[in-house]
Amino acid sequence: MLTKTFTIKNKVGLHARPASVLVQTANKFKSDIKIEKDGRIVSAKSILGVLSLGAEKGSTIVVTVDGVDEEEALKTIEDLVNNNFGDPE
Amino acid sequence: MKILIGVPVSKGISIGFARVYVKEKVKVTDAKDSVPISEKKELLAKSLKKTKEEIKLTYENLKKTNPKEAEIFEAHLLILEDPALSEKIDEYLNKGYNLAYSVKASFEEFIETLKNLQNEYMKERANDLYDILDSLLRNILHIEKINLSSLPKDSIVVAEDLTPSDTAALDRNNVLGFVTEKGGPTSHTAILAEALNIPAVVGVNNLLQNIKNGDELIVDGTKGEVIVNPDNETKERYVSLKKEKDEQEKLLKEKAKEFAYTKSGKRIEVVANIGSPKDVDKALEMGAEGVGLYRTEFLFLDRTVPPGEDEQFEAYKVVAERFKPHPVIIRTLDIGGDKQIPYLNLEHELNPFLGVRAIRLCLKEKELFKTQLRAILRASAYGNVLIMYPMIAIKDEIIEANNMLNEVKEELRMKKIQFDENIKVGIMVEIPSAALNADELIDYVDFFSIGTNDLTQYTFAADRTNEGLSYLYRPLDAPVLKLIKLTVDASHSRGKWTGVCGELAGDPDAIPVLVDLGVDELSMSPSKIPEAKEIIRSL
Repeated sequence: MLTKTFTIKNKVGLHARPASVLVQTANKFKSDIKIEKDGRIVSAKSILGVLSLGAEKGSTIVVTVDGVDEEEALKTIEDLVNNNFGDPE
Repeated sequence: MKILIGVPVSKGISIGFARVYVKEKVKVTDAKDSVPISEKKELLAKSLKKTKEEIKLTYENLKKTNPKEAEIFEAHLLILEDPALSEKIDEYLNKGYNLAYSVKASFEEFIETLKNLQNEYMKERANDLYDILDSLLRNILHIEKINLSSLPKDSIVVAEDLTPSDTAALDRNNVLGFVTEKGGPTSHTAILAEALNIPAVVGVNNLLQNIKNGDELIVDGTKGEVIVNPDNETKERYVSLKKEKDEQEKLLKEKAKEFAYTKSGKRIEVVANIGSPKDVDKALEMGAEGVGLYRTEFLFLDRTVPPGEDEQFEAYKVVAERFKPHPVIIRTLDIGGDKQIPYLNLEHELNPFLGVRAIRLCLKEKELFKTQLRAILRASAYGNVLIMYPMIAIKDEIIEANNMLNEVKEELRMKKIQFDENIKVGIMVEIPSAALNADELIDYVDFFSIGTNDLTQYTFAADRTNEGLSYLYRPLDAPVLKLIKLTVDASHSRGKWTGVCGELAGDPDAIPVLVDLGVDELSMSPSKIPEAKEIIRSL
């Protein structure tokens, strides 16, 4: 099991498109992927869950990955967050 | 095979498939049932698949024109695939609830969570969930919901009635015809069908009992017939008939690109009546040499605040640009107490057609009027724009409107905003007093345009929407023709011109009469232009 803390830096936060990208990415992996924000834990494979976090710019999220491809999954999510989910700002 | 009879309101033949548009409300009870869970899950899977297909279609359509907005629908697809949602639904199913309720209750739990977030954007997404839920429930309960904005190919829209808001987002590429249970020749359906040049039959009794979604239909908009699931022989007959008509029409359209001159060499300008920038393509395709009547009401209806100057400017400018150097006559707001417009506080009148409407309303609502004039003037810098005031009864109204126009011009000059300094101003002649006094009014304007529909109803004092009085709708009778003659002659005596922009202008029987009376310009629904030009050439 791997855990890492991230700060959301893109302007709009985890809104429709970034949330969609995150969920689509998470669904490519076999591992169980959870996101925690302010004590609320949701599955990264659930768009409703991710949206319900209401993670805006500057929020801190904790990603926990558990499974056969956990290393690759975490690395991919890390890249995604660092690239602001492909948003220009 | 069944043959249904209605009122033909837009000519042509179409062969396609029924898309039944119903606005039925979805009702769900929390009853438990004994349907095996496996069956419920199967229906759920099917309904999810169907809903996803619908959303994908909307997404694909929107992506081309509005990629930003389309992104939302990508999220909608993910919502339907969401494992957390299906787990929730399973929970309810395991408790024995019916499928529709299980879905509804699950969605509502998520909607609650999103609504409680302190974030406007997320609250909006809660509304999205209601939309998705509605589509999904309709599929589960087999309540067809036809999204008119993304129709499958070869659709014939079948409905009780169609309102402007139903058809605002109509998928114009895939609709072949309209059939409605209600409505008459002046209904929204009729006007829209004319504008799109597709057949329409309205006023078909018991329509919705006789047609179901997916039925093959032949709409004969000339005879007013709707043939449901035609046999082979009938279908073949119509296919060849349609082919013949299509070829004829193609030929006419080709010739419509040229100006129309009578045999004695007088050019009659043939221009289009349009109701929004969406009609421009069709008008140009049909050979319009400009716009004789740009109805601006579409900007003002179905909203809670009046349209701003910039919004209006854009809507006028785009049309002016497309037709440049040809003329575009923009008619100022023409509405009254028969329409519900929340921001205007229109008083309830006993007789709205004789009440505060059109220019009478604009002269009272000065800011509303000046905003529109400003927008039109600004658009005049981008093409050949003319202004037309509707429902003028006396010269004082023209003087007052022109004074306001001059004030607005002065404001624009002060702000150094460009507009056409020589912009021409005309009036609709649709009240007998204006026609009878045309020789005086002409000194205050550059042109006349006769609205034959209203001129006829005011001449005979017969409401043209009252079916019981249809025998008095006589636009080609002597009284109306005399008024037209007075108007035309008055304009010619000052070297000015007169057009006709009512129904009569596109009526094959009326065109020879109007040309004979000296009318210089005919403005009509775009689909009527090719035939009208042929008639003019034969005179």
